Amino acid sequence: MQRIRLRYTKRGRLRFTSHRDFQRAFERALRRAEVPMAYSAGFTPHPKVSYANAAPTGTGSEAEYLEIQLTQERDPATLRELLDASLPSGLDVIDAVEARTSGLADRLQASVWELRLDGVEPAEAERAAAAFLAAEEVQVERRTKNGMRAFDARAAVSALEASAAEADRPDGRACAILRLVVRHVTPAVRPDDVLSGLRAAADLAPPVPAAVTRLAQGLLDEETGAVTDPLAPDRDAATAAPSTAAGPRAATVTSGVNPAGAGHGTA
Amino acid sequence: MPVESVFPRLEALLPHVQKPIQYVGGELNSTVKEWDDCDVRWSLMYPDAYEVGLPNQGVMILYEVLNEREGVLAERTYSVWPDLEALMREHGVPQFTVDAHRPVSAFDVLGVSFSTELGYTNLLTALELSGIPIEAKDRTEDHPLILAGGHAAFNPEPIADFLDCAVVGDGEQAVLEITDIIRAWKNEDRPGGRDELLFRLAKTGNVYVPKFYDVEYLADGRISRVVPNRSGVPWRVSKHTVMDLDEWPYPKQPLVPLAETVHERMSVEIFRGCTRGCRFCQAGMITRPVRERSITGIGEMVDKGLKATGFEEVGLLSLSSADHTEIGDVAKGLADRYEEDKIGLSLPSTRVDAFNIDLANELTRNGRRSGLTFAPEGGSERIRKVINKMVSEEDLIRTVSTAYGNGWRQVKLYFMCGLPTETDEDVLQIGDMAVNVIAEGRKVSGQNDIRCTVSIGGFVPKPHTPFQWAPQLSAEETDARLAKLRDKIRGDKKYGRSIGFRYHDGKPGIVEGLLSRGDRRVGSVIRAVYEGGGRFDGWREYFSYDRWMEAAGKTLPDFGVDVAWYTTRERTYEEVLPWDHLDSGLDKDWLWEDWQDALDETEVEDCRWSPCFDCGVCPQLDLDIQIGPTGKKLLPLSVVNK
Repeated sequence: MQRIRLRYTKRGRLRFTSHRDFQRAFERALRRAEVPMAYSAGFTPHPKVSYANAAPTGTGSEAEYLEIQLTQERDPATLRELLDASLPSGLDVIDAVEARTSGLADRLQASVWELRLDGVEPAEAERAAAAFLAAEEVQVERRTKNGMRAFDARAAVSALEASAAEADRPDGRACAILRLVVRHVTPAVRPDDVLSGLRAAADLAPPVPAAVTRLAQGLLDEETGAVTDPLAPDRDAATAAPSTAAGPRAATVTSGVNPAGAGHGTA
Repeated sequence: MPVESVFPRLEALLPHVQKPIQYVGGELNSTVKEWDDCDVRWSLMYPDAYEVGLPNQGVMILYEVLNEREGVLAERTYSVWPDLEALMREHGVPQFTVDAHRPVSAFDVLGVSFSTELGYTNLLTALELSGIPIEAKDRTEDHPLILAGGHAAFNPEPIADFLDCAVVGDGEQAVLEITDIIRAWKNEDRPGGRDELLFRLAKTGNVYVPKFYDVEYLADGRISRVVPNRSGVPWRVSKHTVMDLDEWPYPKQPLVPLAETVHERMSVEIFRGCTRGCRFCQAGMITRPVRERSITGIGEMVDKGLKATGFEEVGLLSLSSADHTEIGDVAKGLADRYEEDKIGLSLPSTRVDAFNIDLANELTRNGRRSGLTFAPEGGSERIRKVINKMVSEEDLIRTVSTAYGNGWRQVKLYFMCGLPTETDEDVLQIGDMAVNVIAEGRKVSGQNDIRCTVSIGGFVPKPHTPFQWAPQLSAEETDARLAKLRDKIRGDKKYGRSIGFRYHDGKPGIVEGLLSRGDRRVGSVIRAVYEGGGRFDGWREYFSYDRWMEAAGKTLPDFGVDVAWYTTRERTYEEVLPWDHLDSGLDKDWLWEDWQDALDETEVEDCRWSPCFDCGVCPQLDLDIQIGPTGKKLLPLSVVNK
């Protein structure tokens, strides 16, 4: 049993793909690519895929993650190419590693988001971000299944910076870019909630809906605010102990290097 | 000149609507061609929501057939839900294709496939959103041709004012012929404008152009005649028939949607046409003769289609799938081939026959045996003779007995209410049948948790069937009859709780009846309903009976007719029917004889295994039924690469 972790995107118009839509598309891609999937037991067996922390429908993403279980070993790079070719363009598989550590989901501690605010002056966005960060607490409301729910959008935000979009815009309209780092907490604080917070704290009201993209997910370094690649530990472990599927390079060091200890895919 | 994509403007609206994914395109196996590389450009519409329209085989086939041609492009468009429609109107975003988001008004043709008449108001929405005049007479050379196809196009008269042309029958070859005519006309620099193009299409005898026909009426409201108003236009327009399905193995690359749709499977049409002769069934009448796809052709399509899509289910489609001459070998062959791959097989539209249980068992070799569906259609032996559905209660009980004995737990039975000559007694017998089914099931399985669901639809008489002259039962009478049946079932202490009962009220059937057998005067009703907000009439949450009746009450009295005149009135032999000039190949005298046979409760055999009964199709179209068995085997198993 081999486990492979994949990073994929939701780009362009396919950012409107919901998570359920993606799941169906991905399972079909697995079939087209003839991936030797492990299946759950029961009357309606499902391929074993674990999804982590999907971005909301309508937001783009460069950093979505999932893990699949295979019954036969495959080279992660080849598998990535195959799956990428089997998915519609925009749902792109951009990284693959063999799982050699546990707890991918636990490593997805925070997200980096880019919010593109068309029609908003960068200076105005900067002022609003400063006001938001200065507040102890910013109460916002969101409609949920059980009606409107109020919660704080401030505490989860670890960084929020405004800048100007590149100046080559043909129509000459203002456009501010916000870079947002949010810790994954419960209840989740989404980019929308931060936008609501900016409206509440500083009256920022973009004339058109913001274009939101997740740029990264991973471990958050509280000191520097950096979010690091969650697949790096698996990659490091692989360098130390190459998988049999990756080639005949001899398994050299196998002990003491893998920090998580468990989770070897080489059965 | 390239046409600008409306996507940037649409994109700004998408965060505010339900399920935006349905509007973005980008499906696996979809095609976007360069605008300037093509000289004939089609937009193809299924006039319902994306979730219903995308899986439609007709549109998918034509999309692929056209796009395979050099210099031709085809893109798809579907009805937008009212939330997006409102935003598009507010922001001036036109009806668009989902492939390249080009405005529908920029194409040469808007081809609309009508499986049901309830899509008519959605056509008007699309036209208005496109900025195309709703009435054909107001269009200019700058507007696309509005072309209707699909089963409802066998009587396009209610929407004649809104159409430029209609095609009856199979579309594969027809769209290519039309493409050639448009190309030639464009290459000659559009001589004679739009009228000349329509005339060239009409002259073929295969494309109906309503404006070249005048309808004359009698004082009592009936039609006196329909007459060409231009020399060179044929009196009757004939249907298209593709004879060799193996030459048309489409769709080869079925579209795989991202959004959830009503059917997500690899569908293969295993034959076209049906000669069972059920008298209520328009599909069976207008798609004759029977043309089978060969067992090897089916095997190849399934194999390639699954590879191209990654679907987990294969549907073997036709009007009565178990009637394929080699269905046993097809089912067994596919079940063998995909035994390891967790591919499900489904066989919709099967008749009541113990042989079908063997088939069903084959198709569910590994899976769970939950429910089986049969359609006896009529509750009494007598009414089944009227409709020529040759199933005896004995057949049904034997069939369900086998089913329950093989581990199936639930049987679903379809019936119709409001059939010609039907009485309360005929319908009440549906309850007896359900009770007998349950009793048999309990006996055979030795268990009490056996269920039988009875599902009932209101009968709507359709053009080109023996029942085209029949009076439709009013909504009130339909509802009253079904209420009696419901009370009877609920009152049964011993079996009532094991019987599920599903039916809808009779009102939508009356509107469908008005549109099915309507003439050009009904167009005014459709327009008034549309202007009054009518949309998505096939959806219960949008359909408004009152809106239709109010619109009809406003517009029809000017013509001296009303809704009842179109629906519950029986027609006589002499009456000119609005669709008589559209030739489905069926001999009208044969249809009348069959109608008389129905009234006499006389059955007619299937011509596949009994002599020809002269329905007229084969000699009229100079064709013959095309059936096997071929004696060949399904594609050899592709074990080599595994």
